[in-house]
Amino acid sequence: MKKKAKGGNMKEMSMLVVLVLIIALFTLTTGGKMLKPMNIGNLINQNAYVVILAIGMLLCILTGGNIDLSVGSTVALIGACAGTFIIVWHMNVYLAIFLCLLIGILIGMWQGFWIAYVGIPPFITTLSGMLVFRGATLLILNGLTLNPFPDEFERLSTGFIPDIPVEVLGMKINLICFFVGILLAIGFCVLQIITRSNRKAKGYELESLGSMAAKMIVTSVVIIGIFYLLSRNRGIPTVLILLGVLLVVYNFFTQKTVRGRHLYAIGGNMKAAELSGVKTKQMMFFAYTNMSFIAAIAGLVFAARLNAASPEAGKSFEMDAIASCFIGGASAYGGTGTIIGALIGALIMGVLNNGMSLMGMSQNLQQVVKGLVLLLAVLMDVMSKKNISLRDFGFLAKIFPKKETEHI
Amino acid sequence: MANIILDMCHITKEFPGVKALDDVSMQVEESEIHALVGENGAGKSTLMKVLSGIYPYGSYDGDFYYNGNLCRFRNIKDSEHKGIVIIHQELALVPYLSIAENMFLGNEQASHGVINWDATNQKAAEYMRIVGLEESPQTLIKDIGVGKQQLVEIAKALAKNVKLLILDEPTSSLNESDAKNLLDLLIGFKEKGISSILISHKLNEISYCSDKITIIRDGKTIETLDKNEDTSEERIIRGMVGREMSNRYPLREHNIGEVALRVEDWNVYHPLYPDRKLVDHVSFNVRKGEVVGIAGLIGAGRTELCMSIFGKAYGTGISGNLYINGQKAVLHDIPQAIDAGLAYVTEDRKGNGLIISETIKKNITLARPAFISERGVIDPDLETIKAAELRKELGIKSPSVEWGVGNLSGGNQQKVLVAKWIFTKPDILMMDEPTRGVDVGAKYEIYEIINNLVEEGKSVLMVSSELPEILGMADRIYVMNEGRIIAELKNDGVTQEDIMGYIMRDSNKGEIGT
Repeated sequence: MKKKAKGGNMKEMSMLVVLVLIIALFTLTTGGKMLKPMNIGNLINQNAYVVILAIGMLLCILTGGNIDLSVGSTVALIGACAGTFIIVWHMNVYLAIFLCLLIGILIGMWQGFWIAYVGIPPFITTLSGMLVFRGATLLILNGLTLNPFPDEFERLSTGFIPDIPVEVLGMKINLICFFVGILLAIGFCVLQIITRSNRKAKGYELESLGSMAAKMIVTSVVIIGIFYLLSRNRGIPTVLILLGVLLVVYNFFTQKTVRGRHLYAIGGNMKAAELSGVKTKQMMFFAYTNMSFIAAIAGLVFAARLNAASPEAGKSFEMDAIASCFIGGASAYGGTGTIIGALIGALIMGVLNNGMSLMGMSQNLQQVVKGLVLLLAVLMDVMSKKNISLRDFGFLAKIFPKKETEHI
Repeated sequence: MANIILDMCHITKEFPGVKALDDVSMQVEESEIHALVGENGAGKSTLMKVLSGIYPYGSYDGDFYYNGNLCRFRNIKDSEHKGIVIIHQELALVPYLSIAENMFLGNEQASHGVINWDATNQKAAEYMRIVGLEESPQTLIKDIGVGKQQLVEIAKALAKNVKLLILDEPTSSLNESDAKNLLDLLIGFKEKGISSILISHKLNEISYCSDKITIIRDGKTIETLDKNEDTSEERIIRGMVGREMSNRYPLREHNIGEVALRVEDWNVYHPLYPDRKLVDHVSFNVRKGEVVGIAGLIGAGRTELCMSIFGKAYGTGISGNLYINGQKAVLHDIPQAIDAGLAYVTEDRKGNGLIISETIKKNITLARPAFISERGVIDPDLETIKAAELRKELGIKSPSVEWGVGNLSGGNQQKVLVAKWIFTKPDILMMDEPTRGVDVGAKYEIYEIINNLVEEGKSVLMVSSELPEILGMADRIYVMNEGRIIAELKNDGVTQEDIMGYIMRDSNKGEIGT
């Protein structure tokens, strides 16, 4: 998880610093409202679906800067299906969830088939999907909103893990949440130590004790801090657990598995990957199938939060997800980017939204700021690419200075 | 004496680590067809790029004069302005535009930015008549054959008021009668005072139409032959290849074993034009501990042959039999080929060999991740160790295996590419132009790597356009031309002249009578 290509780490670190600066800035300008326990809970609830979508979107972007425009419509369609199953047909909630996820996978296979095996550009395929699935949503819902969902379903997104509230020094604290935070911090440190001793036993190179200690301390403080704030509110939000699981699974997949490596290889150089035995079509199919599956999860979470199946749900969600990935350091040309980066990107977007709203800034101005942040982030990427390319391709550029234009 | 219109004096052009042109001089007279011959990589194209301004003034040493004036071209527009037009081997036409549109692309018949289509089509028709192209000016380029497209290029040059026409291998994709038409057209141009520089490998064409022949070898002018002198093919070939062989190739112990790879009656067709046969009834074998070279000109079908063997990575309608270590092998895709012990070191390391944005480590392990993973999960430490071993073994110069491949020199990138395929533990390595774009020192190191491989009992099939390299490294040589294997030679006492002779004689078969 820690050993990444040079530059990858740097980019994430710099975005992390930006995130911390933005949080600090808003904490100042809002008089500390930003970090109020209540607001932290809001932040997580408001942004859960963006983080979830960004995870799926990153996989698509890795394959070569390809995006999926249909996820917003898929979110709406899944909401509509869930509403129909649960509210209209009174289906068992868990069966309905299962069916919705299955529909998500089918939608993904549909798009993946055209993209990977027929060779229709992802932009066009998913633009078509965006229209088709939005239309299907309107057809299913007849243009109307279905609500409310039963509590059982609603809790998926807005619920909290049952906790034991106690009074300590005049503050109300949810004990379980607080201790989970401490346990996670301890768990992280123990894992670090075990990994280190394992590597030592095998005679591998070790990172310096100092940097490991620093990492352990910083991470522990951040984890305990967040859980402390959560415990002051209503405990652990259920959606946080879902997010945690998705982040761990997909981070592991992209960083540690052969298949994950193949995604990066395709984005880095499709032809080279193919000639190295990477099944490029299969991987493209997977990336898009997975994207719609993830969009289905986001659709359920969003419907639960809204407590309604709305035909307008998910509008421009795809843009938030895409922006999160690019802000988080994914390359617009594919081949670089990480799940953690996408998470940081989504958090930057979320904190910007939240902070500007707390400041009472108008929606219109917020859009402008977010748009400029995206441009700035991608500009950084392009400039770092240019730097590399000057060193790499300077030699080629000298040989073929006008190759593209010489006869046109 | 005729007017000298072009006088190139002592042109030297260097790329990092390579001297592509070394003190080259050449003179072209008015109304003359001047042939430029030499092996692949001898520097012909580089010289023409200097002349046409693709390499701008200042990027080379030496000067050239056109009609007595010193030329300092900054780009191709400058040279075209003077009437020097280059037609590349790969035609630069836009398939979905019409003949007329292509002809005046960048030179539009327009006033105040508005195109006058009547003038465009009428003028196009005029030039088309001159080159003998019987088509409507509004026909789309994609709808006419390569021969006619070549004529469009020439008409386009005429529209630019060409005085000196440079043609790079103009007949390589033409059939016999189209080729003859083209050459006759050039001869006809002489009366209009247009000179041509003709780059070609087809010596019969050269003796058919050229007035002078300049031979380039290793970036140097060797000689210029007048058509009144001895311009026999033997004479030209001697000029092209006659270089001293020094010990630029490391020696190895020859320990040749059983047949490792046997290919029988192999046929491959073009993936987009399924009626174009690229590999034609090819049979060959490679033994354990043997380096087998495949010689031939660019476009002879060597890359297509290797790639089609490598799990059908190229081509359609592939037929024939493949035997690995005596066992019949059917390889449907690349993973199967890798599992069967084959490796294909691609010729274009940046295009389809390496992932430039990734680290050395990840490039090395890409083709066989099973060796560093368990149940699909990569062991990053094992990966680092394995990659570091290969980095040391092959002498890849970098601070660590975490270094980006993009930051390495060409030679070191090539070594990473070779390392990537050695990592797959292959028995048979097909190496396509293994030393292209690599400096002399790194070349020697790559030859040593090849020697180590065959001394371990592996087999190497080496495709190279550099004949000295093949003669220096191979135990056996197959000569390929136009998709066929035309000769199998044991490498004792074979000379470059022999190989070029085979190719030239084969190319001449059934073409323009000499």
